[in-house]
Order: sequence, then structure tokens, then C-alpha cells
Amino acid sequence: MRRSALVLASLAALTSAAAISTTHAQHGETLVVWHAYGESEARGLHAAIDAYRADHPGVAIDVVGSPFGAYATKLRQAIPAGNGPDLFIDAHDRLPSYVESGLLESIDAPIEDPALCAALTLDDRTYGVPMQWKSLALFINDELANGVELATLEDIEAQRDRLPRGTFAMAWEVSNAYAAAPLFHAYGAELLDAEGHYALEGEAAERAVVRLRDLIDEGTLPDEASPTLVQDLFRAGRAMTAVSGPWLAPSLPEDLSWSVRPLPVVEATGRDMQPFSTVEAAMIARGTAHREAAVALATYLGSVEGSILRAQRGGHIIANAEAWGDPRMANEDRLRGFYEAARAARPMPTHRLMAATFLPAERAIRRVLRRDASASDALIEGRNRFLDETRDPPPVQNPTYALIGVGLLGLFVALYTGRRLSDPELRAALVRSRTAYAWTAHAVIAVGLLVVLPLLVGAVTSFFADAPDTTGERVSHYVGVAHYIDILTARGGDLFGHGSFYLVLLVTVLWTAVNLVGHLGLGISLALVLNRPSMRLRGFYRVLLVLPWAVPSYVTALAWRGMFHRQLGAVNALLALFDVEPVSFFAHFATAFSANVATNVWLGFPFMMVVTLGALTSIPTDVYEAAAVDGAGLRDRFFRITLPLLLPALLPAVLMGAVWTFNMFNVVFLVSAGEPDGSTEILVSEAYRWAFTRGHQTGYAAAYAVLIFGILVLLSRLTARANAAAAR
Amino acid sequence: MSNSTERKPTLLTSVLSHAFVLLLVCFALYPLLWVISLALSPSTTPEARVIPIPEGVSLEHFAAVAGRTDDDGSWLFGRQLFASIFVASATALTAIVIATPAAYALSRFTFVGKEAGMRTLFFTQMFPTVAASVPLYLLLNALDLLDTHAGLILVYATTAVPFAMFQLRGAFDAIPRDLEEAAMVDGATRFVAFVKVVLPAARPALAVTALFAFMSAWNEFILAATFLSSEHLYTLPMLLQSYAGEHDASWPRFAAGAVLVSMPVMALFYVLQRQLVSGLTSGGVKG
Repeated sequence: MRRSALVLASLAALTSAAAISTTHAQHGETLVVWHAYGESEARGLHAAIDAYRADHPGVAIDVVGSPFGAYATKLRQAIPAGNGPDLFIDAHDRLPSYVESGLLESIDAPIEDPALCAALTLDDRTYGVPMQWKSLALFINDELANGVELATLEDIEAQRDRLPRGTFAMAWEVSNAYAAAPLFHAYGAELLDAEGHYALEGEAAERAVVRLRDLIDEGTLPDEASPTLVQDLFRAGRAMTAVSGPWLAPSLPEDLSWSVRPLPVVEATGRDMQPFSTVEAAMIARGTAHREAAVALATYLGSVEGSILRAQRGGHIIANAEAWGDPRMANEDRLRGFYEAARAARPMPTHRLMAATFLPAERAIRRVLRRDASASDALIEGRNRFLDETRDPPPVQNPTYALIGVGLLGLFVALYTGRRLSDPELRAALVRSRTAYAWTAHAVIAVGLLVVLPLLVGAVTSFFADAPDTTGERVSHYVGVAHYIDILTARGGDLFGHGSFYLVLLVTVLWTAVNLVGHLGLGISLALVLNRPSMRLRGFYRVLLVLPWAVPSYVTALAWRGMFHRQLGAVNALLALFDVEPVSFFAHFATAFSANVATNVWLGFPFMMVVTLGALTSIPTDVYEAAAVDGAGLRDRFFRITLPLLLPALLPAVLMGAVWTFNMFNVVFLVSAGEPDGSTEILVSEAYRWAFTRGHQTGYAAAYAVLIFGILVLLSRLTARANAAAAR
Repeated sequence: MSNSTERKPTLLTSVLSHAFVLLLVCFALYPLLWVISLALSPSTTPEARVIPIPEGVSLEHFAAVAGRTDDDGSWLFGRQLFASIFVASATALTAIVIATPAAYALSRFTFVGKEAGMRTLFFTQMFPTVAASVPLYLLLNALDLLDTHAGLILVYATTAVPFAMFQLRGAFDAIPRDLEEAAMVDGATRFVAFVKVVLPAARPALAVTALFAFMSAWNEFILAATFLSSEHLYTLPMLLQSYAGEHDASWPRFAAGAVLVSMPVMALFYVLQRQLVSGLTSGGVKG
């Protein structure tokens, strides 16, 4: 143990020395470019930038890739603080929210192509240089299609019975609104109309949704298709066609013979299945000190030369039409297929409400697929949800009274402290406490500054909301306790209605209780068994049983989600051995909730086991000896001795575990993702949704956080009091 | 129930005990075996299966993750591995350095504000961090610690401190005061007694506390991705996340990366297995 510590310490010293010796490139002299590309697309960007560097030896360029999941948050925090890039790459569907948050500079360079221009223009200003198109396309497995003409959706459907068992005519993630949009368009429905109103309702939309359900029910499409499933099915030759985007291409094996083309026509309506297309652009960050250099680089990336390099080295579906006429692009048939699919697609409207349509639409689709509600009811509920999530922020309040209140409170605290300090007894106690303060001061400062202060500031943001000012940019306004009133009155709806604070609180309490029972039950019984001196292989078992801890939970939670898949999950495969019909785990509250619980019990029982094993060793053995003399049986010994002595020792760990479980965001988010219909959300995951997926309503999320905090403090005080009473 | 009076177990209880434990071992390992099987499979056929056997064994995903280089040809995996080892070890060290003396004071002294301090510490665990990320970012910016390992370490370590203090306070409570008082009678200062007598006695608890802090830093990626903007500083989970992009997710690589990321922690578990139990033994998490 000491040696491993030594090794770790010397490694740490080595790496820190290395980190110091590589001087950090100064942003002042360097053009900084950010992107969130995966491995292959990044290669294309780097190739183009290398070529630019070679032509412009005076320009230093630093290219930084970030994980996609944290990219938007990072931009939102870094650019206003002056730590952002000069240039960054993102798709145009995020443009409205970036403009609203004041992250972008407009560019004067005209864009000739009307579709590209429309995508990158907001309120008559153009933002960004177009780089590539992205849209869904139809992937065809040439071998399985066997030369059959697949021009319409009905053509594909007709091939269903010809295909081998377990092979699907089409792999398509229809429960995702972005992926399902082409069928809506083919039926004449849309998500957002030209005036910016939510439009996924009415007869056309209903017919489209029902059509999606029929496609699954008749077996043309797989159940519960996720992007991974679509990818896996097509890659393994188990799907004749797939609806996916250019991102699928790099992962397809060499020996698979496939082609790509625009999505088919729907014969029933005679209209094309037009997917949404997005334009990825190089955007100039607000406040850059190198505007001209950044524009020059962006222009190069979008030029014929830059585009061809990106296409050939990174498989980019370049947006530059002229480059497609270049002889060097003559052999890029697949890329051209994607390009044609994108040109046939419908550019996603550059509207600030567009992004908010997807989740409500998705819930409506899922409800119909599950047969939870009729198509018209589900779609109307989707619209209501959209209206609820995008409603105007609360009116601005005058902060004067709040400031006066805070001032008075401060005064009161100051007076009270002053009076307390004049108490000689307290002063003597304070003087006596000096030694202790010397031992704790650094911890108080560190935790106070880096843990407590950010939480307090975060809590204060619950009194603010972002609202557009006169220039259209969103700025923080004081809104008083409006968020709290909103939450506690269930946003004006039914108090125990769908997604209301009280209902979610009930689910959260149930979630915590069930998990604690699972953690304690498994943890304690395992510890008792493993603690028996006669038990062989104890050490071996112990190490195996704590392994769930070792793997990051964001990986294992995804593994669990995969195991609960209806058609392909291991749990249903296991049930099939006992002749149980496959269960759609995420279609019902009880099963989805159980799936979450199974995952979280799995994650948490090792901790309880280890804590219990520890606590067991502190029970003195002579108690048992005395009991044995008295002739107490096994059961008596457990209930009369072990449990009463164990529980107080476990109480702190149980409390801590309860708090962690109450706020266990990862599992709910990754396993059930709130399905069905948001019913398995717990308070903290609800807060995250408001903060990140429902239009960045951070103030509202912060109010949730404060309420969660309040509830937990209350519960812990009650427990402490009950415990004290029990001890007396 | 470790006691000498336990009767010799019958064959039946023995078999039942092992069956029970083995069942839970399967429960514990089953999802992990799926991850490993995915990482080893050269290709994946989506098929409902009960037993996680990989379709053929190939180390190509491991090789691709571990051998990944960036455009300058420098060894990405190695660089991020070292960055992670540095950040996680420094986090463990910093958390211990901050928490140990304070936990000792909580265990041995009575002082004004002790109860309030303990309560605040417990309360910090209850507050969801959903709204704290922006203030934290601004704070690190003001301290000029953004985009540095030092800033990341500081944030990780301070978040680990409350739990570490509960742990260590419990451990110190379990160490008899006579030990250091005897040393102090012999002329040692309290600090010397603390370093020479109390700390060695609390070694298992220190090891486990350090392990927890190490693990929290080792697996974290959201704060790392938000605070770091220079690729040479990136940590290993960020490399892992690059295989889980918006569209172009490569799950076999992701799984292989996850296995690689977990291996050092598994090794630490193995090395520290005895401390893992006795470290929590000494008082456990006292609230």
C-alpha cells in the first residue's frame, strides 16, 4: 500500500513537471477554433486547417475538440466570460439560441445559395460560413435489396415477407421526432408552421402517426429503435434499409455493399418523405479579438479548396455547390448521395421555438406507439405541453423590496452577532475554540468558497429569469418568487396532474424508499453471510461484489438500458426461457420504474455491504457468547442483538445513501429517460430537463434545486428528531 | 456475527450461503460482462441473448482506443491517461490534506460553531448541483484557474471533502484518545502526536477516503469538459466521451474505453480490499 502510494506520487510529480514545461499557447496571439466532431470528421477539419496554415505561415491556429455532450454548455459559459474561441463550428439549429444568448457576431459575406442563406440568417443578419449539410437519407443494403426498385415506402414495406426471419425491411428510429419528421412532411403535417406556431396536430399529423405505428405493428420496423439499434441492425446486414445520416457511414464494415439515396416517396399521399436538413457552419464568437482572421479562416473552410479537403479527408457533406463540380469530387458517389439527400430535404426553420418542438412531439409519438392514447388526444397534449414549456417568462419585478428585505436581514444578523459577541461567556468559548479553528480554517475556506458559495449563488438565480430585452437578446431579470409559485401551483394545472411537482415528489419518495430497501436488504444480508468465519472464499466474493463500483456509472447505466430492450434485451431473452411474453419495459410506469430501481440497486448495494461489514466488526463478540449461554436461537440473535446494534452504526450511511438516491440523476436520465411519458422522472431529473432541454430555464431549475434542498433538510431534521426520541 | 460460539454450519446452510452469494455475484457481474463482451466483439449482431459471449474475440477496439494518436502524432491515450492519473491522485491528496486536520478537530475538540459546521457539511450533499455550474465557472475564471489542472483538482477535491470529513471523523472517533495523550505527556505537541500516532492508526480509513476521492475525479467528465479548453490537458473520460458523439457513437469503442478506464480502479480495489472493509469499519460515515 505504501509502495503504491509512492508510485502514484512520483507519477503525479512527473506529469505535473511535463505539464509545466509545455507552455500553454496564449490565446492572445493564436486563432482558437472549437468543434465537437468525432474522430473521422475531425480529420477533415484538421486537413483543411493544415492547408491553411501552410499558406498563411504568420497565423497560429489552435484547434480544440470537445465532447459533444458538454459543447453547448461550454460555449455558453466561455464566450460571455471572454474565454471562448474565435471561431467555432456548430449546426444552424442552435443558431437562434446562440444569438439570443449573445454568443455570435454576424458576418457580412453574402451567401448565394438561398437555402443556405435562409438557414444562417436571423432577423436579416447572417451568422456563419456554411460548411456542410446534414440530413437523413435512405441506406440500402444492396445484397438484401437484390435489385428491387425501392422508390416508395410501400415498395420497402412489400419486401417485408421476402426477407429472412429476424431481418427488418427498414431500421428507423420513429419515436424520435427529428427522425419521424419526414413522414409528417409526406402527409402534409409539420412541427412548426411558417408563423412559428406548433403545428403537429390535426388530421394529417394523426394519419402520419398512426402510419408509424402500423409500420411497427406489421413488423416492417423494429420496436423501440434507438440510434444504436438502427446502426447495429444495418451494420450486421439485418436491415434491408435504414433511415440514418452520414454519421452512420464510417462505422459500416468494408464487406457490406450499400448505397445511399434520398428518402422515398409515400405512395398513399404522392409526396416525398422530406427529412430536415441542418447546415453546419463556422460561426464567429462574440468578442473575438481576431475577427478578420477568423472570418478569413471560416471563408477558407467553406471555399472550394477547403471543402474538397474536408470531404476527401473527413467525409464532410460539403455545402459548397461549386466544389461538387470539381473533377476531384467525381468519384465520391456515397458523399454525393448524402448531398443529394440533403438538397432534397427541408432546411430546418431558423426559429427560436423550433428546438422546443421536438420533445413534446416525441412524447406524443411515443404515446401513440404505445397505444396509450388516441392519436388526436396525444397530439393535442403534445401541443399543450409545448405551449407550457415555451410560455413567456414571468413578469419582471421591482427588486427594491427584496433588496430592502435583504438589507434588513443583514442588519438584524449584524446586530444579533454584535450582541452575542458582547456576551463574555461566548467570547471565552471563542477564545477556547482557537485551537480548533486553527485545525479547521483551511477546510472552512475551501468548502465555503468552492462548494457553499456556488450553491448559494445558484440558489439566488432562482429569483431570476431570462427574458429578451429590446435588442432581442436574452438578459437576466429579477422575477421575485414567481418560479416558486409556478412550481408549487403545478403551473396552474391539476395539483397532482401529469408532471406536477407533487406527483414527481411522490415518485421521488417512492424511488428513494424502494432503493433504500433494496440497498439495505442486499447489503446487510450479504454482509451477514460474508461475515461468517466459516464462509470460504470471502475475500474473493468481496472483491467481485464491489466491481459495479469500479466502472463509471454512465457506462453501466447504458448497459442496463440495453438489457431492458423489448426485442433484443437480455432480460427479455431470460424471460423467454420461462415462456414469458416479452415485456416493453419502458412502456409502463411500473416496469420502467423497476428497471431504474434494478439499475440503482445494482449500483448501490456494494456500498451498503461494505459499510455493514465494517459495522459488524464493531459488535463485540461477548454479547453473542452471553446470548449463546442464555440459549438464544439464531433468529433471536439476529433480531435482538445484531440488528439493534447494527442500525445505529448504519444510520449515517443510510441517511447519506438516502440523500444520494433522492438526487440520483444519472440512472433516471440514462435508463428510463423518464419514460413512459415523463412519469418516472424524479425531482432532480426534472430540474435538469428545465435547465438543459427545455430552453435553458436555469432560474426555474434553480428553484427546483432549492425546493429539493428544502425537502431534504426537512426530512433529515425529522429523522434526527425521531432518532433522538427513540434513543430517549 | 463473527463469534466463536457459532455452531459448525451444516452442509445445507453452507450450500445455501454460497448459492445466495453466487447469485448476487452473477447479478453484480452480469452487466459488466455485457460491457466486456461488447468491447471484445469484432462486430455486433443485435440478437436477444442470455449469455454475454462475444462474437469472436478481437482486441481491435482496445487497440484503437489505447493506440489513438492526435494529428501531431502524439499518443492521445497516453497523454490523457497521465493527465487523469495526475488529476485524480492530486485530488485524492488535496482532499485528504484538507479534510484530515478538520476531521480530527471535529473528533477531538468542542468549539463554537461545530454543530453548525457539521450540519452545513451534511447540507451541501443535499443541494443538487444543477444551478451551481455557472457560478463555479465564474469563480474559477476570477481565480484565473480555468483551463488548468489546478482548478479542476481544487473543484474535485473540495467536492470530495464533506464525505471525506464524515468518513475520517468516524475513524478518529474510533481511535482511543489515550494514544495521543500518552505521546503528549511525553512532550510531543498535539500536531506531532497527530502525525506520529493518530494518522498511522487511521491508515485504512485514510486509504479508503483517498480511494473515494480518486474515483470521483477519475470518472468525472462534465466539469472537465466545461473547464478545460486545451486538448493537452484533457482527462481520460473525455476521450471516452468522444466515442459517444451525438450521432456517430461507436459503442464497442466506448465499451473498450470503459473497460480500460476501469482497470486502474479495479486494481486499486484489489490492492486495497482489506482496507476497503476495515477503513469503513472504524466508525463508518458518522453524520
